[in-house]
Amino acid sequence: MKKKDFDVIIVGAGPAGLAAAYKLSTAGIKVIVIERGAFPGAKNVMGGIFYRKAMEDLIPDFEKTAPLERHIIEQKVWLLSEDSALSGGLRSEKFNKEPYNCYSVFRAKFDKWFAERAKEAGALIITETVVKEPIIENGKVVGVKTDRPDGDLYADVVIAADGINSLLTKALGLRESITPDKVALTVKEIIGLPEKVINDRFCLNNNSEGATIEITGPFFEGMVTMGFIYTNESSISIGLGTIVEDLVKHKVNINDLLEKLKNHPIVKPLIAGGEIKEYMAHMIPEGGYFAIPKLYTDGFMVCGDAAMLVNAVHREGSNLAIESGKLAAETYLKAKEAGDFSAKTLSVYQKKMKNSFVLKDLKMYRHLPKMMEEKRQLLTKYPQFAIDAVYDMYNIDGVPKVDKIKAIKKSIGKLGYIRMAKDMFDLWRKVR
Amino acid sequence: MHSLVFIKQVPDAAQVRINYETGTLIREGVPSIINPFDAHAIEAAVQLKDKYGGNVSVISMGPPMAKEILKKALAMGADKVFLLSDMVFAGADTLATSYALWAGAKKVAEEVGSIDIYWTGKQAIDGDTAQTGPGIATRFNIPLVTYAVEIKEVDKQNKKIKVSRLIDGGMETVEVPLPCLITTEETINTLRYAPLPYLIKAAKTSVVLLNSGNTEIDAEQCGLKNSPTKVKKAFTPPKREKGEMLEGNDEKTLNALYDKLEPILKQCGKL
Repeated sequence: MKKKDFDVIIVGAGPAGLAAAYKLSTAGIKVIVIERGAFPGAKNVMGGIFYRKAMEDLIPDFEKTAPLERHIIEQKVWLLSEDSALSGGLRSEKFNKEPYNCYSVFRAKFDKWFAERAKEAGALIITETVVKEPIIENGKVVGVKTDRPDGDLYADVVIAADGINSLLTKALGLRESITPDKVALTVKEIIGLPEKVINDRFCLNNNSEGATIEITGPFFEGMVTMGFIYTNESSISIGLGTIVEDLVKHKVNINDLLEKLKNHPIVKPLIAGGEIKEYMAHMIPEGGYFAIPKLYTDGFMVCGDAAMLVNAVHREGSNLAIESGKLAAETYLKAKEAGDFSAKTLSVYQKKMKNSFVLKDLKMYRHLPKMMEEKRQLLTKYPQFAIDAVYDMYNIDGVPKVDKIKAIKKSIGKLGYIRMAKDMFDLWRKVR
Repeated sequence: MHSLVFIKQVPDAAQVRINYETGTLIREGVPSIINPFDAHAIEAAVQLKDKYGGNVSVISMGPPMAKEILKKALAMGADKVFLLSDMVFAGADTLATSYALWAGAKKVAEEVGSIDIYWTGKQAIDGDTAQTGPGIATRFNIPLVTYAVEIKEVDKQNKKIKVSRLIDGGMETVEVPLPCLITTEETINTLRYAPLPYLIKAAKTSVVLLNSGNTEIDAEQCGLKNSPTKVKKAFTPPKREKGEMLEGNDEKTLNALYDKLEPILKQCGKL
């Protein structure tokens, strides 16, 4: 092996890579982060809700300087049909007290800020450079090849935080290319509106309170889709993500679907009069627990989206990424003490992950992606039935309630009592 | 052979849109870049360094945000970078800018050694004046070579440089004594894809900040107040209307065309 240039090479300046870089640099480790975008955050997209906890464990006072939009005090879920929305959720003053649970953020700003913190801690960050493949010697990862002239770098350990299409994990055979059934194409628009208008429309007291709406239901024609509306300080993020395989099967262009959502009679007034400021699209890994690769090999660990760490049900991803980056960094520090960077030593990372909320949560929902794929009635018939039933009960038209309940029971009969009971039981069993 | 390159941060013109109602540029969300002509000046200086040794310094004047382009300059092979940033410089026209850059350049020379070649791009893509480079050369009272397209040779012994430059209808090759100031065309070179060691060096090197406090600068010659150029009015040229199409290859179409052209040709005295 050529003389090592750094202790650790981190590929990708997203939350996973930056968390690892921050943690290692503060421990005095020589770290380089290689990012392909023009700046950290340039290529990074998420729905826009950032959970505090994992970040707070890393940088305790991050809220003082981080670019955060609004803290979220109300979270709603809509079952949406063509003309109705059956709404549930929680607004709580508990969410309005520090420490706040979560925030809306812009990743382009947030990741740039995070990168500055890592730099201050001593990490070196270079941009506009693509890492093409790992350098392997005697079966061990000892560095990376970049697309730059004189572009080889050597280190004790390479941490791959290179996102959903992770070239490194693929090159090492830890992961296959992602298949269309395990990835969602997500698009979103940032719609600019005056702060006061947003406060009024979402019943918020001031510019720091925020609200979120997650949208599912028959409106999306049985495609596994999650729509969302989030409030930023002076804009609204609206978007949706659909499993790519479903888009192909239904021959639907996701941009048309977003237009359709924006023009839904219940959505439209929330964004009316706004100006589209930005449009973005990204792939989100949705394979869940079973899609997660082995997280380490000799001289190598993988974090964040590259390891498929996304909890779609709870729209969590960046916090899982940060946690994984942090645990990979801790593992490196232990390995450094032992002076051994073999797979055996780095396997501690997998154990740490297994014991953390990251893999525990993903394991709990492990059967869900497949179930959604197989039981489309969960997305179409059942929510439509619920919307219709609630409509009937709310609609005062002279029909006695007893008869209405009879009618509802009858339509449950049509859906199939046993099948529905079985589906519900399955759902309950599989998210346990 | 020490070089100093003057660069300017400009909005990426390819991404700027115009608000036709107000006649102003929509700067929101438009990234800032090194003025493209200046990037070629940096490359030219780095190529000379590769060939003849010495160092390359780069200086810019602008808000703290302009640090970003100086970091880029480091990644292109510059050794030291300086940012003149001070409220007294704000709103400067080319006269006040060339004064401040000249004063800054003297400070740079104190730090890196006497400069043999000063470089700028031929003009900035936002102002298009092509005055700042010549302004600096005038203050130094050194030879000025504008619109350079090729560095023919450098005579280190006798301190001379031979440069080809674009002139109306052709090209000329001139030889000037050093130090001199050269402004570059885009065609002078191809920007290299910087090697990784340059990027690592750039990440390790910080921008040296210059201001009226640590540089000998006369505030009475800086900024908007001391800029004789005044913008009276800004307007956008009207959008061009779509031309009229006549189709056909018969006499009738030809006559129709003649009828349309005749009054226009008469009006401008061609008929």
